[in-house]
Amino acid sequence: MNPRRGLSLLLAVLCGLVVGSGARAIDPAELPDPTMQARYEELIHEFRCMQCQNEALADSPVSLAGDLRREIRELLLAGKSDAQIRDFLVARYGEFILFRPRFSLRNAWLWLGPGLLLAFGAWVGWRVLRERESLLASDPDSLEDEVPRP
Amino acid sequence: MNRYFVPLGSFVLLAIVLAIGIRHSPDKGLIQSPLIGKPAPSFALPDLTAPGREVQASQFSGRWYVFNVWGTWCAECRAEHPALVAIAKSGVIPLVGLDWKDDDGDARRWLSELGDPYVEVAADRDGRAAIDWGVYGAPETFLVNDRGVIVHKQIGAMTAEIWQRDFLPLLPRRAGS
Repeated sequence: MNPRRGLSLLLAVLCGLVVGSGARAIDPAELPDPTMQARYEELIHEFRCMQCQNEALADSPVSLAGDLRREIRELLLAGKSDAQIRDFLVARYGEFILFRPRFSLRNAWLWLGPGLLLAFGAWVGWRVLRERESLLASDPDSLEDEVPRP
Repeated sequence: MNRYFVPLGSFVLLAIVLAIGIRHSPDKGLIQSPLIGKPAPSFALPDLTAPGREVQASQFSGRWYVFNVWGTWCAECRAEHPALVAIAKSGVIPLVGLDWKDDDGDARRWLSELGDPYVEVAADRDGRAAIDWGVYGAPETFLVNDRGVIVHKQIGAMTAEIWQRDFLPLLPRRAGS
């Protein structure tokens, strides 16, 4: 094996190790119940780390993210539902902490806007087509007659 | 007329959307706290400066106070400290400190070196009170009124300008009494 290939192989292995270790090792302990642990892992991917803002709580090494994960674990152990945990965090940090924003009056235009724009575009397109058709129909001589025959 | 309506209408709509975006761009990184207008969270934490004693939110009920979140690990907190000392010296309003996830010894040394602007400092060693207050980065400064409601929140270092512009106008004539 030439040295360059050896080096790139080594780098690939190292990258793999880094990725692999990050997936699990962020929390010190697992929750006692596997379904609860699964809910926990789902939940921590739903929330934004408020300090890094584009990272989920699940991936952030920041101390506040660790505190919030601890809070979520404790709420789970206290028997709170997923919705109650979401409300707990939203009450303190606002809707911004949710990666999947909820539908509300304030952001309704964001949810409905694209659909409305599409409908508007379809309506304009339909009008244009219909207008063209009626123009063609009202034209006394058909287009084909104007095309010189070979 | 009708021919121009669609492109002109779309242009005006797009311009409005973009104008809103541009107007809000300076505070892009700041997140409005949902706690403004809500009752200040209660807490009961160890007193940083008097070991064995507790600092409780109820101590300040019926009074206006400033609630400042800081830590010795926070560089911006060092930058804002002279402004806090000046506010305390003015005697307009009491300052309550929350020492967030800090070493008590470091924090006491900080206060004795830089001056202590606080009437009380609560030691939030595990960061739970900070979460209740929706704190996400020190320094943060809250203004709480005499009915215990959060009136204003400043994210980032306090300065004399910010104090005069954003805080002082919200205070009643004799807040400190």
